[in-house]
Amino acid sequence: MTIISLAGVTKTFDSGYTALRDVNLDVAPERFVALVGPSGCGKSTTLSLISGLDRPTSGAITVRGKPVGGITDGVGFLFQRDALLPWKTVRDNVLLPLQLRGVGGEEARSRVAEWIGRVGLRGFEQSFPYQLSGGMRKRVALAQTLVYNPEILLMDEPFAALDVQTRNLMEAELLTLWQGSRKTVIFVTHDLEEAIALADEVVVMTAGPGRVKARYDVTLPRPRDIEQVRFDPRFTELYSQMWNDLRDEVLESYARANAAG
Amino acid sequence: MRERTQPANRWLVLAMQVALIAAALLAWEFGVRAGKIDPFFFSAPSQIGVTIGGWWQHGYILRDVYVTMEETLFGLLLGGGIGIVLAVLLASNRWLGAIFVPFLVLFNSIPRVTLVPLFILWFGFTLWSKVVSAVVLVLFVVFFATYDGIKDVDPTLVANVRVMGAKRLDVMRHVLIPSALTWIFSSLRSAVGFSLIGAVVAEYFGAQAGVGYRIQYSEAQLNTSGVFGGLFILMVLVFIINLFLQRLQRRLLVWKPVDP
Ligand SMILES: Nc1ncnc2c1ncn2[C@@H]1O[C@H](COP(=O)(O)OP(=O)(O)OP(=O)(O)O)[C@@H](O)[C@H]1O
Ligand SMILES: [Mg+2]
Repeated sequence: MTIISLAGVTKTFDSGYTALRDVNLDVAPERFVALVGPSGCGKSTTLSLISGLDRPTSGAITVRGKPVGGITDGVGFLFQRDALLPWKTVRDNVLLPLQLRGVGGEEARSRVAEWIGRVGLRGFEQSFPYQLSGGMRKRVALAQTLVYNPEILLMDEPFAALDVQTRNLMEAELLTLWQGSRKTVIFVTHDLEEAIALADEVVVMTAGPGRVKARYDVTLPRPRDIEQVRFDPRFTELYSQMWNDLRDEVLESYARANAAG
Repeated sequence: MRERTQPANRWLVLAMQVALIAAALLAWEFGVRAGKIDPFFFSAPSQIGVTIGGWWQHGYILRDVYVTMEETLFGLLLGGGIGIVLAVLLASNRWLGAIFVPFLVLFNSIPRVTLVPLFILWFGFTLWSKVVSAVVLVLFVVFFATYDGIKDVDPTLVANVRVMGAKRLDVMRHVLIPSALTWIFSSLRSAVGFSLIGAVVAEYFGAQAGVGYRIQYSEAQLNTSGVFGGLFILMVLVFIINLFLQRLQRRLLVWKPVDP
């Protein structure tokens, strides 16, 4: 069973730069997959292709067995960059996806209120994004993405801007939520620990042009305690294996950046 | 980044400005009285005051201001409306944009003052010759502001709402137009200014009333006090309009961090 499949996907931008080369990746439904790799290896590009925002130069992307054309249905995308509408309040930002789907009235109101509460922003409903901290804006974006309950979640370093405590809280909340609704998640992160703590499977990508270098099954039992799981001996073992893979790529990526610069 | 320095005290600034104006007017007045400045060419503040007082008694001022404001407002609404619609159209369609924007740039380079006599020829001494003169100025200011606003929108915002399920029109409504509105509002002050210029210049060329007409009429009589009086009324008008627009902008752009 696969819900998302990339077969021989290559992406060359108009500038001539090839960000992805021959990427093959199958994701089973309801899996939590973490995507790690050095900066610039094409992680964001991969998510963009899956969401249908961008097209591959060659290769095939299918979601639920259908080739991606136009925007993929039932996808939530948490962008790496700030994507809240600055002219809408927190409440209106979270309401927007429901509005676009024709959900209105009492149901919309209660779902919006629920999600604003779940990301810990009660009392900030009438604030505008510029009045919030970077971490708060990320949390609004999270509520905005989850409020319409998409089946597939694409998350691009969603917690990178958060302080450690909030981050742990949000990670735990994400896991609870995922266990409750069994979404398929592709979670991009720089942070190997975060990847292992959250995911069923970690995909390590090579320095750009990105390819899949290795995949690891994370067999740690669930439900996991985000903080305790890091002390599990299997965690440490996985970590050192993956770090070996990743380190080579990161060094490679630095060496290239230095050579270019 | 903006520096957080102590802002200058508003009232102190205002007091200094008033003092500066008073000093300039006094120097002018005494220059005339001392025979250093020829009042035939340069008038004098007291004479300008007398002239304006006379106009007021005749009921000219309110009528002139009313006529000019009416033309300005129509020019603003019509020019602004056309500018916005055109910008939305040309910015949202690659082909239309590529074909028509260069023409707009071209038209915008025509010195519009030279067209005013044509408008008067076409529309007579009516309201419309003034409105059209204003429109051909306002249209471009608003068009380019809106067009740039739409073109400049952060692509991440568009991507975000598209993934959430926005269709073309939704993107327009929730992202492109609000983003362009910021630019439109910031162009509003210059748009009003241009509308007023268009109207006044057209009045100057041919009208039966209006501040521009009053200035032209005085000029024909070699009445320098009347010319300065008209300009003074114009200045006061612009000042009041700007004050009002500043308030309006602050209310409409609540979602923006306060301007420096
Ligand atoms: N629109 C574009 N045009 C040209 N090159 C691009 C474009 N978008 C991305 N790239 C390039 O493609 C490569 C991959 O970019 P991408 O954003 O996918 O990296 P990433 O893995 O998400 O990196 P990071 O971890 O820093 O976010 C980068 O080298 C980037 O410069
Ligand atoms: Mg990225």
